[in-house]
Amino acid sequence: MNNDTSKRLKDTLFKYFGVFCTFIGLATLAFFIGSILNDGLGRLSWDFITNLPSRIPEKAGILPALVGTLWIMVLTAIIAIPIGIGTGIFLEEYGRKNRLANLIEINITNLAGVPSIIYGLLGLELFGRIMGLGGSLLAGSLTLSLLILPIIIVSTRESLKAVSNSLREASLALGASKWYTIQHVVLPASMGGIITGIIIALSRAIGEAAPLIVIGALAYVPFLPEDPMSEFSVLPIQIFNWVSRPQKGFMINATAGIIVLLCITFIMNGIAVYLRLKTQRKSK
Amino acid sequence: MCSVISILITISILWVLISETLVFFEDVSIVDFLTDTQWTPLFAEKHFGILPLLSGTLLTSFIAISVALPFGITIAIYLNEYASERFRNIIKPFLEILAAVPTVVYGFFALMIVTPVLQSFIPGLAGFNALSPGIVMGIMIIPYISSLSDDAIAAVPKSLREASYGLGASRFQTAFKVIVPSALSGIIVSIILAISRAIGETMIVAIAAGQQPRLTASPLVPIETITTYIVQVSLGDVAHNSLEYRTIFAAGMTLFVFTFIMNNLSFWLKKQYMQRYE
Repeated sequence: MNNDTSKRLKDTLFKYFGVFCTFIGLATLAFFIGSILNDGLGRLSWDFITNLPSRIPEKAGILPALVGTLWIMVLTAIIAIPIGIGTGIFLEEYGRKNRLANLIEINITNLAGVPSIIYGLLGLELFGRIMGLGGSLLAGSLTLSLLILPIIIVSTRESLKAVSNSLREASLALGASKWYTIQHVVLPASMGGIITGIIIALSRAIGEAAPLIVIGALAYVPFLPEDPMSEFSVLPIQIFNWVSRPQKGFMINATAGIIVLLCITFIMNGIAVYLRLKTQRKSK
Repeated sequence: MCSVISILITISILWVLISETLVFFEDVSIVDFLTDTQWTPLFAEKHFGILPLLSGTLLTSFIAISVALPFGITIAIYLNEYASERFRNIIKPFLEILAAVPTVVYGFFALMIVTPVLQSFIPGLAGFNALSPGIVMGIMIIPYISSLSDDAIAAVPKSLREASYGLGASRFQTAFKVIVPSALSGIIVSIILAISRAIGETMIVAIAAGQQPRLTASPLVPIETITTYIVQVSLGDVAHNSLEYRTIFAAGMTLFVFTFIMNNLSFWLKKQYMQRYE
């Protein structure tokens, strides 16, 4: 074999290996999801969604966990979105290149890399004990807000950065103030990207179990949470609880619960990807 | 005012971890904490050696990185140097799905699907083990490595590629002898961040790796990670202000120190390589 064909052979082999690697993760996930559907789809019913948890697997449902997840999603959004977008705008539009800005940037990168369970420890001590919120929905939402804040800040900054400077300058040249320009020109132009970031961050928040377990969310909740001070459970914790039980019936419940959780996650991520593609096309 | 909040969060994390850990070290000597080979704070005879939890954490993370690294980097090279623009744009959102699936779901996969499959050809494999959650975690972090390495490879100037092709090199030669060395620091950043992610991962190991802190390198037996221990204590009824309560902060502090070093190292490396091509 001469040098040239061996070169080409390596090229072709690597190409197939590349395709293989690209699809192996997805194929494994597809296989996992297939087997989940196979086990859990039969268990999924209206009763399963509207029943309270029970010691008898066949009677148990996910209603309190589902309601808890919705509460957490709404409260976290209310807390994290204004602060996240505000910080993003401030850093990108008003921030100067100085040492403080540099420090804040390192700091946000760092926060994004802190394990979620550490946020749980922070929430347990700060919100649960010092602020006296215990294992309530509010304590959980505050904890998750801190967790997703870096994601929202970074994606807001990226979207603002993508707005071309000529738009800003045109508005300023017409005599608009800086804040007016941000409000009426820059923000509308970057809305798609910002919303994409928010949806991805919220979808991350509702998939989290660890920090909520640490702050003291319950595994067994036979009632519906009524206000932000209620104790609660969420879908991932309910699934975790069922997975850690030995009876086969609870395992099947776990698969059905996973189907519901995955549906929510995939729908949110689907919307995010769609919005991102739409914004990209517009900016071209 | 808004931007100060991120610094406030960091300060509160540090304050909470450090203050509780300091109280912990009033009861337990720091030498014992770092050198004792047993971790049994919940038993009658108490030992407070972090090593078994740390070894469990490092073992599962090592397995995860061994799985994610070859796949992640190959994907990054393939998408940049071989695949068409169209294929790239379609496949990337799909790869992100791997990282978007809640980790409790991956934990279920590890326990109920991967472990039984592995047991069919690894006879000594226990029901709870480090191998299966490690592999599943590896699949989950493939997109972390692939997308960050992808950015690093895309940042290599086109002129380098053209020079290499001009000298008659094949795509394979160009990729491995020119592109990968040039993008190396960026690829290393992606690996460090993936390790940091794996160390902090909780639900997969809490479900599938077991709750038996033990100082071992064997991936076949039940172990316990730092994160699992924190979950285990949180699920039980532990009184505030007790020594058991403080152990989770000491364990959390250990975890935080590791991830903090890695995150800063990667940030510094990234600054270095971004400057080089500017």
